[in-house]
Amino acid sequence: MEKLELTCIGCPLGCQLLVEKEGLDIKVSGNTCLNGVKYAKEEVTAPKRILTQSVRVMEGEEKMCSVKTAAPIPKEKLLEAAHIIKQISVEAPIEIGDIIIHDIADTKVDVIATRRVRKKA
Amino acid sequence: MYDVVIIGGGPAGLSAALGAKKKGCGNILIIERSEKLGGILNQCIHNGFGLHTFKEELTGPEYAFRYIEMVEKEKIPFLLNTTVLSVSPHSVTYINEEEGVKTIDTKAIVLAMGCRERPRGALNIPGDRPAGIFSAGTAQYLTNIEGRMPGKRVVILGSGDIGLIMARRMEIEGAKVLAVVELMPYSSGLKRNIVQCLDDFSIPLLLSHTVTKIEGRKRVERITVSEVDEKRKPIPGTEITFDADTLLLSVGLLPENELSRKAGISMSTVTGGPVVDNNFQTDSDGIFACGNVLHVHDLVDYVSSEAEKAGENAALYALYDRKEEKKVIPISVFGLARYTVPEMIHEDTKEDTTIRFRVSNVKKDGKIVVRINGEEVISKKKRIMAPGEMETIIISKRILDKYDSIESMEVGTED
Repeated sequence: MEKLELTCIGCPLGCQLLVEKEGLDIKVSGNTCLNGVKYAKEEVTAPKRILTQSVRVMEGEEKMCSVKTAAPIPKEKLLEAAHIIKQISVEAPIEIGDIIIHDIADTKVDVIATRRVRKKA
Repeated sequence: MYDVVIIGGGPAGLSAALGAKKKGCGNILIIERSEKLGGILNQCIHNGFGLHTFKEELTGPEYAFRYIEMVEKEKIPFLLNTTVLSVSPHSVTYINEEEGVKTIDTKAIVLAMGCRERPRGALNIPGDRPAGIFSAGTAQYLTNIEGRMPGKRVVILGSGDIGLIMARRMEIEGAKVLAVVELMPYSSGLKRNIVQCLDDFSIPLLLSHTVTKIEGRKRVERITVSEVDEKRKPIPGTEITFDADTLLLSVGLLPENELSRKAGISMSTVTGGPVVDNNFQTDSDGIFACGNVLHVHDLVDYVSSEAEKAGENAALYALYDRKEEKKVIPISVFGLARYTVPEMIHEDTKEDTTIRFRVSNVKKDGKIVVRINGEEVISKKKRIMAPGEMETIIISKRILDKYDSIESMEVGTED
């Protein structure tokens, strides 16, 4: 049996959750409400996060353009994805929602722009 | 002659402009000091903005863009690269490259200058004065806007949200965050940020600790932290030294009120912002205030909704020459409530009124209580209240309708 301690992020109460996992059977204790159970189950089975970062821009009014993963990606892929995003640069103009990288780190999730960068006049 | 001039083009200013426009104001001007609208949101590239306003999680730049687009669609004029030098009732003096120094007349003014980070100078940290010490917001600007890394081995003092967000940001960019150090026995940051910014990257959070020594000749070389006792005095013998090249400070935000003070507007000693009534008007005729210049908010969504109201009221003042002859009643606080915004309410208020406040300490299973003329009109159970999270209570029109005149109002907490 695997035992894990988590802090619930559902509300400012921040319950200390104890998760006991045996195969597909997950027991949660320490929670005050049902949100704690839901959160803990997600966290121990498939924790996911949105990654936000900035990429270098060429020929733009700005030096950098902020980007995000269009959906949450597995937590263990965060640093790998971040490393890929760090290496690239894009050419202006860029619109919000433009796809900057397809299928980042084999997650089937795209990286999209979160800011408009106009071409340098 | 303008109807409403808004000082600041961040989230508060943009929202105030839209609120004024909604009430039919035609002659509005936004004055922004930097080269872009959107304010600090432009460098807050993380997500989590807009859950209340747009029912989705946006990044800072996306949230700002939505408001900028609305302002452009409404054709509300704005000046960029323009610094306001002074305000007084019905006039604003500003300076920019094209026009030099210029004074304009206006019926109403909305102060929306936001807040600033508390600097190192306000902290009295002993030690050398080498390069490598940044406020968390400056580090955020360098990383996200300029694309430069502030350092490689980082210690962060203060566990407010910006400090936590920057801890994650540094790790993502390949730096090592050695520790986040917090003077208080609890973090003032949101739980969500502690989990997703620190725990995800195994960054230690040292509560009841502070920086006691900074060493380095040209650049930071070593940072020593110590545990503190209940009186927040460092305990000898508890020192931990980190080989760090960078110290980030995330030690609080202060409303930016140089202009307000110069204009002689009454200020709250608790919030550091102007004292306002429930129309967001200060005690200076026709000068309104909203957003972080008033009190520091946790969520931009609350800034937007508060600023919209301020803009609407500024427009009503400008268009209908609404004079405030009715009496205003100060709102008093009790229990753990430290202050309220607004601080005053008109005795004849007959519309839904939102009161925001912060508590001085963590309180489990308490109540928020509102009394009018000594009668308890609201008692709302709260599972948890904490200094890091702003409390909001809405006094409905239905309740206020029952009172011909408000003689006294008290807002606070009970067991």
